[in-house]
Order: sequence, then structure tokens, then C-alpha cells
Amino acid sequence: MISIWFFIGVLLLAYGVLILGAGIYDLWNPAAHPVVLAGLHAGIWWGALLIVLGVVYSLRFKPGKEK
Amino acid sequence: MLQSAPSRLVSLSGVDIAIVVLYFFAVIGIGFYLKRYTKTGEDFFLAGREMTAWVAGLSFLAANLGSLELMGWAASAYQYGILATHWYWIGAIPAMLFLGIVMIPFYYISKTHSVPGYLKLRYGEPARAFSAISFGFMTVLMSGINMYSMALVLRVVLGWDINFSIWVSSITVAVYVGLGGLLSAIFNEVLQFVLIWLGALLISIIGLIEAGGWSGMVARIHHNFPAQDFTHLWRTMGSFSDNPMGIHWVGIVFGLGWVISFGYWTTDFLVVQRVIAAKNLRAAKLAPIIGSAFKMMVPFIVILPGLLGLALLPPGFLTGETQAIATGGHSYNEVLPLMMARYLGPGLLGLGITALIAGFMSGMAGNVSAFATVWTYDIYRALFRKQAPDAHYVSMGRWCTILGVLVSIGTAYFVMQFRSIMDYVQQLFSFFIAPLFGTVILGMLWKRATPAGGFWGLLTGTFSSLGMWLWVYLDPTALRYIALSSQAKPMAENMFRALWAWIICVVVTVTVSMVTRPKPESELAGLVYGCTELPSEGHLALYQRPIFWAGVIAAVFVVLQVVFW
Repeated sequence: MISIWFFIGVLLLAYGVLILGAGIYDLWNPAAHPVVLAGLHAGIWWGALLIVLGVVYSLRFKPGKEK
Repeated sequence: MLQSAPSRLVSLSGVDIAIVVLYFFAVIGIGFYLKRYTKTGEDFFLAGREMTAWVAGLSFLAANLGSLELMGWAASAYQYGILATHWYWIGAIPAMLFLGIVMIPFYYISKTHSVPGYLKLRYGEPARAFSAISFGFMTVLMSGINMYSMALVLRVVLGWDINFSIWVSSITVAVYVGLGGLLSAIFNEVLQFVLIWLGALLISIIGLIEAGGWSGMVARIHHNFPAQDFTHLWRTMGSFSDNPMGIHWVGIVFGLGWVISFGYWTTDFLVVQRVIAAKNLRAAKLAPIIGSAFKMMVPFIVILPGLLGLALLPPGFLTGETQAIATGGHSYNEVLPLMMARYLGPGLLGLGITALIAGFMSGMAGNVSAFATVWTYDIYRALFRKQAPDAHYVSMGRWCTILGVLVSIGTAYFVMQFRSIMDYVQQLFSFFIAPLFGTVILGMLWKRATPAGGFWGLLTGTFSSLGMWLWVYLDPTALRYIALSSQAKPMAENMFRALWAWIICVVVTVTVSMVTRPKPESELAGLVYGCTELPSEGHLALYQRPIFWAGVIAAVFVVLQVVFW
């Protein structure tokens, strides 16, 4: 059976790519009504964090690697 | 249809919608994938009893961490301040540790499939039937609350039609739990647990940055509300009138910390089911201890946004539900969505909304899978069809999952009329959970408790609790007898009612047991302390023993009480 942590890794990776992409887009095309503390660019570093977590979990629990 | 509500806080961008849609595909995909692994009743109802301590522990906590938790306790934090944290610390940690160290061995060694199943082994069929029926009733009501609270969030934040939210999310839960049973529910709960943290954590982080850290937030709260103390856990507990909750430390320690908390965490089958699905006794003992470590941290994503609301939103910006409807303003229940809209931009907002939906689904799947087990094993098989092939009961479990979802949808519409969601939940706990805890704890720790004592104690405890609620409902002045003060607020009333119901249950159980015949000790093996041989852990290294980690968690718990005193 595929580990649940693999599913989580894949989903986090996909979410990371989407959120990082949205954060970068927002950097060049700022929203007309930005959220509070938009200058922190939370989407960029949170998206990057999700990508790192996603990659680690996807590889660590890749099907065939785990018992 | 999505945009049929009159107003909304935010609009989802394309990337936000993609994140939400991806989540729905993931949970349903997991359900389809796991269907092939759920052939027998043991697979469907107990996940094959193959879960590791981490998976069982996170699922144990996620089943409790519904959208009700996220939204309801953030609202309570705005209303009552840091006092709401009691429900996460004294109202959970001691009970979770007690479950792991003292009670799990009896649930696990007896090989019961449910808490009512344990009562059957310990007290006989009448106690099992009564607890199964009352549990089924409570579970669908709780499931309805979860559903309503999620739909409310989606209406407030996104303007989604409340019926659309309820039906789409409920059908999704019915599909993945119906396909993969408890295994699917547990897998998705672990996924949902991760998403809840990653979706909600950012609100607290950015909020603290805006408020100037913890001390900045506290200073702002004191400035906004100079007459109230919203930031101390115990200091204002000496008198009913000194704190925003209108409660006394006796109600918190004995009503919440003892009866409600121990009752919920040790006897509510919704959470216990996840632990008895563990692969061995050590994993089953560790699961609630792992869960307790994360439970202790949940206030960071639930209570803190409520406190940040007190610090950063204009005083009086949020009001009670009735006033909010009358004035067209915002209610306490909207504090978490408001903070989400305040900080989360494109993409992150989708993740935040997904966290709320995941919270709803984990809570609802927990209720539905527990309901399906109790209905199939403790009501249908016990009372209607004792002998049938295993495949028949699995089929019944699948249909019952769908039925449970449909009944829950009905209750979602029913709970819409309640003023405060959390008060309503605590009412239910005081009716059903408090007396059940008295029955189970006496059954496990006192071998003299008899079948008649257990049944009559549970029955009188439950009906006395309902009677006390009715008494105050018909004559509000009775509050001074039930809650020891006419100033007590609904939450305090619930705590004291639970305490009385537990005491009545225990007194009746002991009294009836003393005049009736106990079971012979040979029939109590594996069920009762003193009649059960518990496996030694002496051969394990210290760090591998559950008792060691329970001690670590207990020490951190004590430190937190002192720090936030």
C-alpha cells in the first residue's frame, strides 16, 4: 500500500508550485486592494516551504521504497 | 449558484479555486485507491488494525479538529479571551495522557470494536444498547454542527450558497468513507491535519508580526478592553464575575478538566476508534500521547487568531449572532475568516479555505465512520441480525455511511437556530458523554461494578442531565442551583451540569452494584484493572516507553499553565 505521507508530499508539492507562482505573479502585478502586510510576500516563502516539504516527503515515501 | 449570497469578504482567484479543486480530487482519489484494501469488516470498520502510532495519533487528533474547532474556538477566544485555551490544555491533555497510559490497554486487549462494544463485554447488552443509541444520536448531531459551521464559513468568506457547500462537501465525505471505510477516513484525516496546519498557521504568524509580537498583542488588547482581563488563564478564576466567561475555577477544573474532558477523550468512540485501529498495544498507547503533543500546540492556530482579532480589530467590531443579524455587522463566529481575509493573498487564501474544508471533512468523516461502526455492530448486528456473513456487515457499513451523511445534512439545518455553536456542543457532551465516562471508568477500575449498576447508572446520569437542562430552560432562576451562581453563563452551566450528571451516574452505579451480584472475576479478564495481565515494557529503552513521553508532555503542560497563569 502506498504510504499516506507520499500522497501528502505530492499534494504539498503541487500546492507549493501554485502558491509560489501566484506569489511571483503578485510581485510584478500587485493587487488593487492588497492584503495587510502584503509587502512580506508571504506567498513566495510559504510556497517555497511547501515545495521543499513536498519534495522531501515525495522522495522519502516514494512507492517501492517503503515497506 | 456559488455566488448567490448577498455579500462576501473575499473573492477566490483562479489559483485559489485550483487549490480547492485539487484537494477534492485528492481525497476522493485516496478513497478509490483504498477501496481495494477494505474487503473485510475488520478492514472497513477498524482499518485492519494496522495503523502506526503516528498515523493513529494524528488521525485521533484530526477527527476532533473539525471546522467547528477552528471557527468555534477562534470565536470563543474573541469572546472570552485566552480562557478558551482551557479547552485545549486542562480540557484535553490530562485526559489524553490518561487514555494512553491507563485505559487503552483495556480497550485494546479486550479486542472490542467500539466503546459500546466494551460496555457489552463489561456490563452486558442493555448498557451497550443504550450507549450505542445515545452515541448514534449525538454523532449525527455533531456531524450536522460541523457541516453547518463549514457552510457558514464559506458563505461569509466567499458568498457561497449554504446549501451548495453542505451538499458538495457531504457527498465527497460519503464517497471516500463509503469506499474505503475507516482506512480511508484515517488516511484523509492525516492529510487534512497537515493542510489545516499549513493553511491556518500563516494567519497567526503574520498577525503576530502586525501586532508587534506577543507583548504587543497583549498591550493592544489591554488598551482596547481596559475593563476586562482577556490574557490570563487562571488569575481571574476566583470569582464568577471577574472573568468574561462567568465561570469559577471549580467548574473549569472539575466540570471541564475532569468530567467533560475525560469523558470525551476516553469514551467518545469518534476518537477512541482511531486509537484501537493501531497495529499493536504500544502504538495504541503512544497514539494519544502523540496526539496530545499536537493538541497542546493547536491554540497557536485557533486561539491566537481570536486574540489577534481582539487586538487588531476595532473594539465592538464583532458581536453576538443576534446583534450581527439585526445590524448587518459581523459576529464572533466570523473572526477566523475575517483574519484570513486580512492576511492571505492569492494562493494562500485557497490554502486557508482548503484548511477549513479539510477541517470540516475530517470532523465529519470521523463522526460518520464511528456512526457506521456503532450502527452496524452495536445496533444492527446486536438487535436485528445477529448472524450474517462478514460481507453483509461491510455492505451495511457502506450504506450506513451514506445514511449517516444524509441524516447529518438534516441536523445541519436543525442547528442553524442555535445562538452559540460551542454552547450547543457542550450541552450535548453534558447529556451523553459525562455519564458515559462514569460508567466506563468504574467498569475499568472497579471490579465490584455490576451489570445492573452500570446500566442504571448510565441511564439515570443521562436523563438527570437532560432533566437539569429542562429545569433551567423552563425556570431560569434554577441556574443558581445547577451552576452554583445566578451569574453563570451558558458555558459554565454546561460544565456544572456535566459534573452533576457524572456524580449521579457514579452514585447510582455504586449503590446498585452494592446490592446486586457482580460478575465472576474470570469473566472480567482483559476488561478490568486487577483482573488483567498488562504486558511489561521493562525490556524497552526509556525513550521507547509511552510512560516516558507522557511524563514529558505532562511537564510541558504544567509549565504552560505557569507561564500563562
